[in-house]
Amino acid sequence: MAEIRLHTPLSDEDIEKLHIGDTVLLSGVIYTARDAAHKRLVDLIKENKPLPIDIKGGVIYYVGPAPAKPGYAIGPAGPTTSYRMDPYATILHEHGLKASIGKGNRGPQVVEALKKYRAVYLAATGGIAALIAKSITKAEIVAYEDLGAEAIRRLEVSDFPCIVANDCYGEDLFKEGVKKYKIT
Amino acid sequence: MREVRAKEIEETVRDMCMDANYNLGEDVVEAIRRAKMKEESPTGKAIFEDILKNIEIGKKEKLAICQDTGFAVYFVELGEDVRIVDGHYMDAFTEGTRRGYKDGYLRKSIVSDPVLSRVNTKDNTPPIVYTDIVPGDRIKITICPKGGGAENMAEVAMLTAAHGIEGAKDFVVERVRKSGGNPCPPVVVGVGIGGTFEKCAMLAKKALIRYPLGSHNPDKRFADVEEELLERINNLGIGPMGLGGRITALAVHVEVFPCHIATMPVAVNLNCHASRHKTRVI
Repeated sequence: MAEIRLHTPLSDEDIEKLHIGDTVLLSGVIYTARDAAHKRLVDLIKENKPLPIDIKGGVIYYVGPAPAKPGYAIGPAGPTTSYRMDPYATILHEHGLKASIGKGNRGPQVVEALKKYRAVYLAATGGIAALIAKSITKAEIVAYEDLGAEAIRRLEVSDFPCIVANDCYGEDLFKEGVKKYKIT
Repeated sequence: MREVRAKEIEETVRDMCMDANYNLGEDVVEAIRRAKMKEESPTGKAIFEDILKNIEIGKKEKLAICQDTGFAVYFVELGEDVRIVDGHYMDAFTEGTRRGYKDGYLRKSIVSDPVLSRVNTKDNTPPIVYTDIVPGDRIKITICPKGGGAENMAEVAMLTAAHGIEGAKDFVVERVRKSGGNPCPPVVVGVGIGGTFEKCAMLAKKALIRYPLGSHNPDKRFADVEEELLERINNLGIGPMGLGGRITALAVHVEVFPCHIATMPVAVNLNCHASRHKTRVI
């Protein structure tokens, strides 16, 4: 279990050195999107229309932050549950998305997509939103402002902490971790 | 009759929205500290450390500990000798919630209709208010901001007498197992047994706000069920955030109610480790 610093955009080489259980400290630019924004992005892809964000080599963070208090770059901003985005993940990876960040496990079709398109799923800790926000240095809404907390934001992050939960080799930390500690 | 101004309820509710979202109850913090000592997984231990750090930041900087500041759910015990004056009871909760979420920089997470338009109401209203009329001239208000991630893992099963207590226990353990990392474990497990379909769901929700966390049902037989369930759930190995570990639940609270001869409903409602609730008396 290594500690690896990565900077966006991510390349295939970046992805290939990651294994489940590794800690990743991510820096650079990432984008936020939840259920409603995902639906719109995928609808655009299906209609062959351009996306409002560049997802090639990109990272999407499943989060709807709380409003920022004066003097803060962003409000508390922890991950939301990822399985709700499973129906949209494959097509985004197919179009170049290299990583998603969220909480909770992914369905088998996402695990397959990560293998096929050389991508990873990173787990961040839910319910520690005030702490995570400290690693976000800048936030601005870049699309779908009407969605409120669900709007797409461009975040600048510095050493954003997460754990590799699904790597590009088909491994799954949720399965392996539970196996290790299960008492029958 | 004791007169209480609606404005006083509104102000109290406003403050409680912020208090509940910034300051995790000391009983919950204590349970997290104890759990951290027991956790064997290095990843799990690191997660516990981050959880405790985050709780401190919330308290010190008056920040929501989780960005999902939830549906504002209130349980109220309204004394029958109270008369609300200068305004309406429900308006006080709606307005208090609106102001609390705005002034407290809390997230607005409510959509106006659940399926067709799903347009955000932009002020986290309406709240959900459950009121019991009780003897006396006080108003006891408990807020329980309920996040969506843990709430999505809830379930009601209409079991029957033939399932017995073993059937009820298996249903609870299986519900937590299937939830995995989704509800932000270590979770608090609220269980309702008995009543009707909706009554047992309500029991499960009320079980989540039992104080202090980890205290037992006064009926020794159900206290034993709570202990057995906690052990079985922690043996699942799900661990903090589902990444494997010793601690999957901080506590199991079971509430029961009489039921019909034909039924035995069982409900499970989960709270994440940020198990937020605050109580005030007017």
